[in-house]
Amino acid sequence: MKRFLLLMVLITCMIGMVFAAGSKEQTAAPKEGTELTFWTFQDLHMDFYKTMAKLWNEQNPDRKIIFKPEVLPFQDMHTKLLVSLQAGTGAPDMVDIEIGKFPNFMKGDIQLASLNDVIDPVRDKFITARLDIYSKDGQNYGLPFHVGASVIFYNVEILKAAGVDPYAIKTWDDFLQMGKIVKAKTGKPMATVEVNGQWSFWPMIAQQGSDFVDADGNVILDNATNVKTLQYLKDLLNSGAAIAAPGGNHHAEEYYGFMNDGGAAAMWMPMWYMNRFTDYMPDLSKKILILPMPRWTADGKRSAGMGGTGTAVTKQAKDIQLAKDFLMFAKGSEEGNLRIWEDLGFDPPRWDVWDNPRMNAPNKFTNYYVNDDIFGMLLGIKDEINSVNVKDRLPAVIDRVSSSVMIQALQQQNKSPAEALKEGADLSR
Amino acid sequence: MKLKQTIGTSKITPYVFIFPFIASFLIFYLYPIISTFIMGFQLVYPGQVEFIGLENYRKLNNPEFKVALLNSFRYTIYTLLLLIPLPLVLSVWLNSGNRTINSIYRSILYVPTLISVVVAGTIMRLLFASSNRGIINTLAIALGAEPRQWLLGGPSQAMILLLILALWRWVGVNIIYFLSGLQAIPDELYEAANIDGASGFQKFWRITIPLVKNTTIFVTTISIFGGLAMFEESYILWSGTASPNNAGLTIVGYLYKKGFQEGEMGMTSAIGIVLLFIVFTLNTTFLKTFGFFESEGRQR
Repeated sequence: MKRFLLLMVLITCMIGMVFAAGSKEQTAAPKEGTELTFWTFQDLHMDFYKTMAKLWNEQNPDRKIIFKPEVLPFQDMHTKLLVSLQAGTGAPDMVDIEIGKFPNFMKGDIQLASLNDVIDPVRDKFITARLDIYSKDGQNYGLPFHVGASVIFYNVEILKAAGVDPYAIKTWDDFLQMGKIVKAKTGKPMATVEVNGQWSFWPMIAQQGSDFVDADGNVILDNATNVKTLQYLKDLLNSGAAIAAPGGNHHAEEYYGFMNDGGAAAMWMPMWYMNRFTDYMPDLSKKILILPMPRWTADGKRSAGMGGTGTAVTKQAKDIQLAKDFLMFAKGSEEGNLRIWEDLGFDPPRWDVWDNPRMNAPNKFTNYYVNDDIFGMLLGIKDEINSVNVKDRLPAVIDRVSSSVMIQALQQQNKSPAEALKEGADLSR
Repeated sequence: MKLKQTIGTSKITPYVFIFPFIASFLIFYLYPIISTFIMGFQLVYPGQVEFIGLENYRKLNNPEFKVALLNSFRYTIYTLLLLIPLPLVLSVWLNSGNRTINSIYRSILYVPTLISVVVAGTIMRLLFASSNRGIINTLAIALGAEPRQWLLGGPSQAMILLLILALWRWVGVNIIYFLSGLQAIPDELYEAANIDGASGFQKFWRITIPLVKNTTIFVTTISIFGGLAMFEESYILWSGTASPNNAGLTIVGYLYKKGFQEGEMGMTSAIGIVLLFIVFTLNTTFLKTFGFFESEGRQR
């Protein structure tokens, strides 16, 4: 009998030890307020939300939150989120989802909370196209960070050495011609092109009203505009005016180092790339000028709204209403939108703050860039910002574009732009 | 008293002892395998499961999956060609001569195994970084060659990088296996061969190789599985993004992409079943060919 008891005690101890590890978290948070967990893939986003959480607690002493953010690597975060939403447990209360991944979360019974009730009171103040990209069947599931207007960044030091005036570059044809001059005079390439990413190609086609998928969700990757545009990129590379971005894309470690050393004279990206310059390429301070992208035709548009990240509330949130209210406060309020600009350098999605005097006040971005009035430049092109379609097939298309199409047509050049686009389109249909 | 007797009887005791293992097998192996098999015939989205027959398998008939299959098979064959003979020769060399020096060499060759694939892959990626400051490119420039975009090169370049990583990492493990096999060979055989005037190569070919046959079979079996299941190496080498032109896409890489990046759990299960089928067939055929399943008594 004794031996049996001993055995039972032993087993209980062992089981207890296994579960002890898991229960620690729950016992350690008796602080004031409701806990709110948040996942992102960008530490700059986390800092923003931290500031907003502080502000929220000051203004809402009766609904305090304990903000618990976590930064994870880009792919890992989306993977973990997808699995935890599928499993029905383990997801955070609030989460950043990148535009190219968003449609993955719109399948089946959507596991994100609809934000319509918190957006509706101020819906008319938003650029609606920005809300639409994170929506399905009339329900909004994500709040945008920015318009994501695509712009071109010039290194004025290199351009000066080559005697090229950036303001004189009106069209992409000019860009190619000036690129050849820059290459000949300085030995440095005019631009870098993503060959393992979509961010060089996508803004260029969106500028012309084309896209990866159309408004109904059909894959239109291989249409005539896209073929022509990819051919232009190929010509740009082959003329020596541009090179493939070191590391393959504009977010590679090698790339930041290369640009920081004055590697190339220009690059184009959505506006949210601004804080990559300030934070990762400090040596270029006072050397970078932001301008609208060159046009394709004399009356073509000079930008495209690429968006970037939508923040969502998951249905697993402990207090869904609180999470939604806080999200709306952080990203949807006037103060939030002003701070999106001041802290992150993003072009905020609420148009009613665009003429606020705080948008012209000096901040870390105005100190870094050559431009006197960055936001004024953006206001000048506000009617030229085409939007992109975010539909079911988009993640598949982006995947093929960045993994195969660009490499085949631009880097290895073993397929013509038309062939590479056709194959990529067929694979993602 | 009665309880003690029941517990103590020889009928129940064995089951009590093996219960944890049976339970973990049922919960963590059998149940997932069965549900994977079922999910292979379903469309699985959060809160929405639908039976769609063979549709998932039909969708696997696409160029990308073929590239993944091809890459996995090529990788497996190359690793077999490299990771069997090389460790065998090295272990023969380590098994002879000065023991102290050899144990130092042995440790050096084994150390890479202790380093996680993630760390090793990241180091590889930075070594072969495409900037002119990457170590390999610095060397290339010093030797008068052009710096290259190593990781963005064609499929053969990608395969070479993956093989270098595999070689660096796995040679040590296989050496350990072969060494243990070699140490089981009685010295008398070599002494007899010496008396008969056999050359070093003859001893290697006629004594060593036949007598490490079982070790070789074992190493080959795990290498086939390891090769076909390769994923981390290529995932880390291209830092989680899709490899250029799918040069590093493997079966498991495709499974990961479909399941965890695109959320197609049904199709993922189908890929898993296909992989299971391939590995199972290959390994059983291989083991059968070499008479691994024959009972001890019937051998010879």
